[in-house]
Amino acid sequence: MSQEPGFSLTRDAFGRLVMTSMIGEVFVGVLAVRAFPITAPHEGLALVGPHGEELAWIDQLDTQPDSVRTLIAEELAAREFMPEIVSILSVSGFGTPSTWDIETNRGATRLTLRGEEYIRRLAGNGLLITDRFGIQYLIPDLKALDRQSRRFLDRFL
Amino acid sequence: MNRSTTPNIVLPPLQAGEEALAVLHTDLDERLGFAQGCVVVTGVQILAFSPGDLTWRNWPLCVDLRLQRRDHAGVASLELLDSQGRLAIWRHTLAQQDEAARLVSVFECQSAPQSNSGVDDQPPDGATVNEPLVEEDEAQTPPSTWSLLRLGRFARPYRNELALGLLLTLATTAATMVPPYLTMPLMDEVLIPYQNGRPIDPGQVRGYLAGLLVAASLAWVLGWARTWLLARVSERIGADLRTAAFAHLQSLSLEYFGSKRTGDLIARIGNESDRICVFLSLHLLDFTNDVLMILMTAAILVSIDPKLALVTLVPLPFIAWTIHLVRDRLRHGFEKVDRNWGEINNVLTDTIPGIRVVKAFAQESREIARFRAANDRNLAVNDRVNRVWSLFSPTVTLMTELGLLVVWATGIWQVANDRITVGVLAAFLAYIGRFYIRLDSMSRIVSLTQKAAAGAKRIFDILDHVSSVPDPVNPLACGDQNGRLTGRIQIRGIGFRYGHRAVIRGVDLDIAPGQMIGLVGHSGSGKSTLVNLICRFHDVSEGAILVDGVDIRRYALSDYRRNIGLVLQEPFLFFGTIAENIAYGSPQATRTEIVKAARAARAHEFILRLPHGYDSVVGERGQALSGGERQRISIARALLIDPRVLILDEATSSVDTTTEIEIQQALENLIRGRTTIAVAHRLSTLRRADRLVVLDRGVVVEEGGHDELMRRDGAYRKLYDAQARQAATEAAIEAAAAAVAAATAVTSEPTISALHQAAHLTGAVLAAASESASASPAATLSAEASQPLQPLPEEVR
Repeated sequence: MSQEPGFSLTRDAFGRLVMTSMIGEVFVGVLAVRAFPITAPHEGLALVGPHGEELAWIDQLDTQPDSVRTLIAEELAAREFMPEIVSILSVSGFGTPSTWDIETNRGATRLTLRGEEYIRRLAGNGLLITDRFGIQYLIPDLKALDRQSRRFLDRFL
Repeated sequence: MNRSTTPNIVLPPLQAGEEALAVLHTDLDERLGFAQGCVVVTGVQILAFSPGDLTWRNWPLCVDLRLQRRDHAGVASLELLDSQGRLAIWRHTLAQQDEAARLVSVFECQSAPQSNSGVDDQPPDGATVNEPLVEEDEAQTPPSTWSLLRLGRFARPYRNELALGLLLTLATTAATMVPPYLTMPLMDEVLIPYQNGRPIDPGQVRGYLAGLLVAASLAWVLGWARTWLLARVSERIGADLRTAAFAHLQSLSLEYFGSKRTGDLIARIGNESDRICVFLSLHLLDFTNDVLMILMTAAILVSIDPKLALVTLVPLPFIAWTIHLVRDRLRHGFEKVDRNWGEINNVLTDTIPGIRVVKAFAQESREIARFRAANDRNLAVNDRVNRVWSLFSPTVTLMTELGLLVVWATGIWQVANDRITVGVLAAFLAYIGRFYIRLDSMSRIVSLTQKAAAGAKRIFDILDHVSSVPDPVNPLACGDQNGRLTGRIQIRGIGFRYGHRAVIRGVDLDIAPGQMIGLVGHSGSGKSTLVNLICRFHDVSEGAILVDGVDIRRYALSDYRRNIGLVLQEPFLFFGTIAENIAYGSPQATRTEIVKAARAARAHEFILRLPHGYDSVVGERGQALSGGERQRISIARALLIDPRVLILDEATSSVDTTTEIEIQQALENLIRGRTTIAVAHRLSTLRRADRLVVLDRGVVVEEGGHDELMRRDGAYRKLYDAQARQAATEAAIEAAAAAVAAATAVTSEPTISALHQAAHLTGAVLAAASESASASPAATLSAEASQPLQPLPEEVR
């Protein structure tokens, strides 16, 4: 089911999102922001203006027309960066700071864990790891990791 | 830096005379996958290697080419734009942002050569310190049992005592070795000849018995001296460790405390140091003792009969192997237990200070569940450790029993073959009885060592943490010979990011000595952050803050902060008397000075009304005092240190208007003659400011006096009007309430008509107030909010 969004969304030559409201106001450089990126990423999306003011609220992205949905999805995909850790290949040590070689769904990389408190437990068996540059790595389900990765992680939990 | 930054990308051939001026190694592709790419700026073009199609693209430099940098949630992007649109976008993580910043600045110099001469690459004075002074947390080797060895640093001052202790231990152990040795002659020269019919020689027996007695007494005296000496030393080492950890904690930046939880830190400094202390004084001592005893016993046994000695020592490697096997598991287990203790403490320290919130929202059961969850985890970890542990001890016992069996068997066989005497066997059994008992207790040391090592690791975690606000290696002298600055503050293009969020961007500000600046803006606009940067609670990410013309990172922290007085929104009073609280910043202050400060802060009178005057004790959150009273005590505290730079961070935000007026009066005294930076949400509190600085999302948007800013009709005007309207509404509601009260007083109960009248009045006042608020821009700040309201009720009546 698709509902009338009450605004239109386009992309200009500079790659910026342009939103036109029902009464014809035009906002350039609109950003899409999730309200609950971890607990409920698919509910509650806000379109905010370049100065951080809220322009529109979207309860469910699925209910939007395709054009809007694709633009927003593109925008989110380009800005959201939370690689999921698929496996931990090696760790430099069990004291912190510790550097891990990991395999993520976005490729192999290396993260530096500053301290055990940078591992946040999520509901279920999820973990959110923040590295020293503030990049957040997600482990959606601890139990789904392979044995060795689990063993490495276990030393930090 | 930690990421591999040296991809095998070969630059395409450049033109003659062209060279790569700046390189950015991008580490993400356009779809945000990890991939190595490269952007190069040369004198004539921009080159980029895209990881997707593995090709180089290039754009010749021209006038309308622009590079734009932005970042969000740890991912930064660099866009190449011209007047028509976007030409390219590259993405990288914040790890590469220094390279990116350099690339952009080089690009800007290249594309705008005419302004090149005007651009001063070296900001005055602060330039040299733009580099971080200390490279923060580099990855280290993991601490293990060896972290205990690091305690050596704390043991060094006591090395004489320790050496003496070791000597005493050696002597004690030697003394305890004597009795079993004497069983040999007693058996072979006295008892067995007697059994074979020879009478006992009383003199000989007396000699042996005296030897036993002397050895026992000697062991007692030496043992006592040793235990006492070493316990003393270890207690001191533990105390030193605790103090060092706390002292180091005090030197860490606010950032550290922001990321750590109180309960965890308390557990580390309190419990862990105590555990280490007990380990050193009891267990390590026993262990040394055991090792010495085993070595001596082994030596004696070999000297008596090498073959039998060999048999006796057979179980030793097995036991060592068991110990090794269990060691690792136990250590991880104990580390887990410790972390869980931290977790449990965290629940307590979160819940207890916040108990009012918990109760108000009726969330007791949720907190209990949270505690239970932490406790259950503790239980689970302990269960696992205990499973290993419970098997371990009996196994060691079994092995020692088996060892004893072997010795008996071999011994009897040897005696039967007349290879050894009964006395020798008896001595062996006496020795190995002790020997195995010691081995058993020695194996216990494993768990204790692991516990202590885990504790030591957690303490060294604190000690190893380098402050993100480091003291300079060669600090400059601060101000005049008394260490007093004049208070000129120059802020040069500073930027600050909190995590990966830019909070302050490119702020420039000059504040003359003695000037008062008001920082205004919406909450979240960076006012408090700016103040924190001036206090050097955090260090700026870019630019520099100069005080008296010197970058504040060049001053020793404590010297610099001595010149700063800080009054916060929520004054913090320590447990202690009011006098102690006022004198917190200068403990040597005399009572007269304290009273003088309190008087200037208008706190004197209410303090005197307290039962014990200045000696009244206030709790950690100062429960017995009202918000205004606590604030005035903190103002007195700031007055007493007579700072050159005064910072008022929302000093009057959490109190009502009446109290605010009292605090304002106290502040007048404080502000006089000092460079003052006042952060205020309520604009009326800034009417004394020489200059107002309006911040919005980390950028200065307006600057000037109140009248000037009102005329300009910009951000300040908007803020001001919004507040004036709100103040008018509040005043109107108060007036209406007063009307109801008046009516009630006359009729003794609120009649319907009186209420009607009040309601009507409120509406009228509201309308009038909002009108007046927007209509009188030139009125002064304080008058504006209240004055037009006073006559209104009469008019309406």
